[in-house]
Amino acid sequence: MNRLKLDRSLRRDYLTYAFVIVAYVILQVFSGTKGFSPTLRGQLVPICAYVVMAMSLNLTVGILGELSLGHAGFMSVGAFSGAIAAAALQNAVPSPGLRLAIALVIGAIFAGIVGTVISVPVLRLNGDYLAIVTLAFGQIIKSLIENLYVGVDAAGLHFSFLKPHITLAQGGRMILNGPMGIPNIGKISTFLAGFILIMLTLFIIFNLVRSRAGRAIMALRDNRIAAESVGINVTKYKMMAFVTSAALAGAAGALFALGQNTIVAAKFDFNTSILILVFVVLGGLGNMFGSIIAAAALTILPEALRGFADYRMLIYAVVLILVMLGTNSPQLKGLLKKLVPGKKGEEV
Amino acid sequence: MTFLTHLINGISLGSVYAIIALGYTMVYGIAKMLNFAHGDVIMVGAYVCFFAVSSYHLPPILGVVIAMLLCTALGMLIERLAYKPLRQAASLAVLITAIGVSYFLQNGAQLLWGSNNKMFPSIIPGDGISLFGGELHISAATLVTIAACLVIMLVLTWFTGNTRIGKAMRAVSEDKGAAQLMGINVNTTISVTFAIGSALAAVAGVLYMSSYPILVPTTGSMPGIKAFTAAVFGGIGSIPGALLGGILLGVIEIFAGAYISTQLANAIVFLVLIIVLLVKPTGLLGKQVREKV
Repeated sequence: MNRLKLDRSLRRDYLTYAFVIVAYVILQVFSGTKGFSPTLRGQLVPICAYVVMAMSLNLTVGILGELSLGHAGFMSVGAFSGAIAAAALQNAVPSPGLRLAIALVIGAIFAGIVGTVISVPVLRLNGDYLAIVTLAFGQIIKSLIENLYVGVDAAGLHFSFLKPHITLAQGGRMILNGPMGIPNIGKISTFLAGFILIMLTLFIIFNLVRSRAGRAIMALRDNRIAAESVGINVTKYKMMAFVTSAALAGAAGALFALGQNTIVAAKFDFNTSILILVFVVLGGLGNMFGSIIAAAALTILPEALRGFADYRMLIYAVVLILVMLGTNSPQLKGLLKKLVPGKKGEEV
Repeated sequence: MTFLTHLINGISLGSVYAIIALGYTMVYGIAKMLNFAHGDVIMVGAYVCFFAVSSYHLPPILGVVIAMLLCTALGMLIERLAYKPLRQAASLAVLITAIGVSYFLQNGAQLLWGSNNKMFPSIIPGDGISLFGGELHISAATLVTIAACLVIMLVLTWFTGNTRIGKAMRAVSEDKGAAQLMGINVNTTISVTFAIGSALAAVAGVLYMSSYPILVPTTGSMPGIKAFTAAVFGGIGSIPGALLGGILLGVIEIFAGAYISTQLANAIVFLVLIIVLLVKPTGLLGKQVREKV
């Protein structure tokens, strides 16, 4: 029985990998044709970034079982550290692909460091109090980056906090201008890079979840006291999940930033955190395949609803509410069961 | 004297946060849900009052009453349509639904009333008072805000302590199942809680607008987040906690802006929140719940 279950989850993992590969190949083939709208082509990199964001948040919310309302904060850290690194290395590393790879790693490292710092207070708390602390950290990160100024010249990077004036040597230039963000980012993110990052994220998350550590993390989610009583180190495993999630979000942020012309700190606010949480919940807690589908579909949905012009966000909101009611309300579920008799008695 | 001025401004801003936080804390205490749409009810209340006063030239007090009535109806409608079907569902599902409602209200407001800024008229008349030979000036809006907060707190404390429905609210928040067995209608009680919270949101919207008079469809989200923070700060579920958390948050925000850095005021507010939660993990006046094995 146990063996069968393991096989089934493994099979689901492989199907998810296969789905991502097939989706990538199909999109790559179609993106060359005329029928592919330029707006959609421009959305490919952001979709990859949001997919990784959704999967990394799913690790915190679905696998670890703690609600995080500040995930965009990690994205922001990754976006800004990655974009600064890419700008600073413009001359040293001429190859855009290599520069992108370095930027993603640096984004992940910085977000991981911030995640480690944040996990200290976060892991002392539970439930809604933990959620509010992550919200608070998201706001703090946004405020800090809005007041950070970074310039680069021959001597290296120069930082200034609160004061916009940095004296730079000849040939130096400003990279980050506080609330004005980083302008003229040389769009080096590609769809291929996004695809590789998604595969890598899947690989990391699946290997973590199916390992001894992953089982410990899920045991904490299901019953913390019981898990503690059999000797699972709560802090260690919570931190492992939280920091992995933060680092992956940082890489996603760097990918996102390097696919844009300009990024500002205000982009990564509470609303973005909430948007990603919506992907996770709609896709299903702990279900990576669902996160991928939900993130991609909901990023395209506002574009697809463009025909409704002003009403599109209203329709988005109504769709969101109806989906939540349809999947969670016992009355509506009963009604659906009556309408679709074949579904009766299915496994939960 | 500038210190006193900042202190009074802080208490005034904190009073608004406290009134909004009451809506969060009461709903949380009774329905165990974070009602993220609460901030947007504030915005609707502010718009209703704005149009009543500037388009229909009604007296301000009537505008406030109309805003309260409409927000009460709106709050009960939201509860009935969006939250009631999810009474048994997981808390995350309810949270996402609340976010959906929040999007709906913001975008609905944008369609109905446009996204351009509206200058909220100063509806609180009078010049306020001057103390210490004119060195300390307190505006009428500030006085009215603080007074309104005090009155609301006193009335609510009396209401939850002495009336039948108020006691029912406390019973439901203590133990829903047991309350139902004692013959309390849980659904009615939750509806009443939403009604009170939304009426208070309308008042808070008008008071907030008296200090920060720029009205846009997203006006409600920042005070909403701050008030939610205030509710957690004071201990979510506790009415005196909402007052304490709200006032402290307002005072910290104004002091941080005045003495440290305007740009970092928000960051400092949230940093203090984190520190408080580290020392008292359930907020200042929150109940310590023993873990049962």
